Amino acid sequence: MLRLDGVSKTYRVGSLGRGRLTAVRDVSFELNPGEVLSVIGESGSGKSTIGRMILRLLLPTAGSITYDDADIGALHRGALKDYYRNVQGVFQDPFSSYNPIFKADRIFSMVHAEFFPRVGADEWRQRVHEALESVGLNPRDCLHKFPHQLSGGQLQRLLIARALLLDIQYLVADEIISMLDASTRIDVLNLLADLKTRGLGILFITHDLSLGNYISDRTIILRHGCVVELGATQKVFGDPRHAYTQDLLASVPLLSEKWRRSDAGSSPAVRLPEQAEAPELVRVDDDHLVAAG
Amino acid sequence: MALHVDDLRVYYRTLAGDVKALDGVTFEVADGEIMGLAGESGCGKSTLGKSLIRLDGRMRYVDGHAVLDGEELPIWDDGAMNAFRFRSVSIVPQYAMSALNPTRKIGRMIHELLRARGVDPHKTQPELQRRLELVGLDIGVLGLYPIELSGGMKQRVVMVISTLLDPALLIADEITSALDVSTQKAVAQTLVEIRDRGFVKSMIFITHDLAVLYQVADTILVMYAGKLAEKAPADEIVSNPRHPYTRLLVSSLPEVGVRYEEKELTGIPGRPPSLLDPPTGCRFRSRCPLATARCEQEPPWVEQNGRGIACWEAKPTPVPAPAAPLVGNAR
Repeated sequence: MLRLDGVSKTYRVGSLGRGRLTAVRDVSFELNPGEVLSVIGESGSGKSTIGRMILRLLLPTAGSITYDDADIGALHRGALKDYYRNVQGVFQDPFSSYNPIFKADRIFSMVHAEFFPRVGADEWRQRVHEALESVGLNPRDCLHKFPHQLSGGQLQRLLIARALLLDIQYLVADEIISMLDASTRIDVLNLLADLKTRGLGILFITHDLSLGNYISDRTIILRHGCVVELGATQKVFGDPRHAYTQDLLASVPLLSEKWRRSDAGSSPAVRLPEQAEAPELVRVDDDHLVAAG
Repeated sequence: MALHVDDLRVYYRTLAGDVKALDGVTFEVADGEIMGLAGESGCGKSTLGKSLIRLDGRMRYVDGHAVLDGEELPIWDDGAMNAFRFRSVSIVPQYAMSALNPTRKIGRMIHELLRARGVDPHKTQPELQRRLELVGLDIGVLGLYPIELSGGMKQRVVMVISTLLDPALLIADEITSALDVSTQKAVAQTLVEIRDRGFVKSMIFITHDLAVLYQVADTILVMYAGKLAEKAPADEIVSNPRHPYTRLLVSSLPEVGVRYEEKELTGIPGRPPSLLDPPTGCRFRSRCPLATARCEQEPPWVEQNGRGIACWEAKPTPVPAPAAPLVGNAR
């Protein structure tokens, strides 16, 4: 189990790092195997920071992140490598995730050399082919090509295949389909749902409420780094209790219903003042927590 | 008719040859109409928007005409287009930050811009203030640098500047794509407001997001691989799409309320063809579930009852008249 306990992250900003910017405040949640947890928030809500802390690309300022009861901040060398065998991330821009002068198969050879030096070349090839097939790619179509010869959807699936080679338990998917076209993004989304049924725990970070609603079992709504609402997806979307969640949902463009015109041209949705302290979460229902105030 | 575009072709020059990004499109935008332009990346929608105001260095005008209020836009002549830019055709680009000069305060930048266009900035000052207030901005923004504004504020500032001289045509290129949902709504509604108040006559709103288009556009034009696929009123595109591409595109959109466990959506297999050497006939053929041998011929653009479509196999909307052979302005 991946568990965040009162995690906060403060960045130093401005000249000489004199300013302080708290990106994440006192966030706690758990991610279980076979579960998709959506982290939804607008830009600057700290959603990516959470993902990067779980991948240990950043260390939390306060609080702890534990993986199977081990604090990941304390992992070093071999233990850290073991952690990365289990937890991997895929990021937003597939075109910048690759080295443009390496062919796609090179990322798999790097995993081979780094994590599985004892596996023979033939067996490794077999594993790569299996991983590619499980993400719906034909090995012949993509292995010996440069990144610019592949589409965004193919590149994202290659990255997921790379993560799968490591027998991962958890995947941090940070806006992985925002850069993809409508006709291909749904395929990547369905792939994630398929991996979930095979036991993978997925942290699905997005700004798009409809995508989060489509795929996730549980949802966290973030605002200014604080958890605003947390719970089963159907409860958060079906019965939003916090004004901010309601407001977000009302702003989502739908194909079935037009926005109400009465508030045309008005100021952007309710801007609640930024709070210094994270508000307390109140349980309103089974598996449904809402920030007080 | 505010804008009439006829068989416009604009290619990109590359070392490998011409990329036929815009390969013969014909459409009209009526007075007071917001026309949405939708399609996947690389379908030519931004090329269309850009070619109506300024071709960048790699773009090459090949053929076609664009007539705005009875006057032909000299698309091929960068210098001659200058007389039209800002006054009759204006654009709001995707990244407002890159449209604003970072070293000037907003007010001074507008001042310089107007003077460069031979307009007395003092005369437009009251109107500028009125419009800033209208879009929910304080007059104080004129004394700020662009970096001090949020993304949505910058986008609205650019919208006010672009429409200050009441152009006949406004091109809005992916202006809501980089914004958060709540800001996106405010910006999209400001666009409608600008049209309703008559600051611009017509608008082309380019985005890949059909849901946003449905909210603001009167008609939607769907492009595929440099050509038009379908044009219809916004409600019709969403509720009753006829082109197989539009149909698949609409059905692949996850909406709030749709969940994987209950209804698994499907994407469109395959990818758009390369425009360096596009296939003959219908360009959607290789991905189309309805494709037949006839699709090797290029489908004509057929317009009927206010909707247009380029497809051999799509079922026509039921019309009371006896079925006549479909003859359109085939090109």
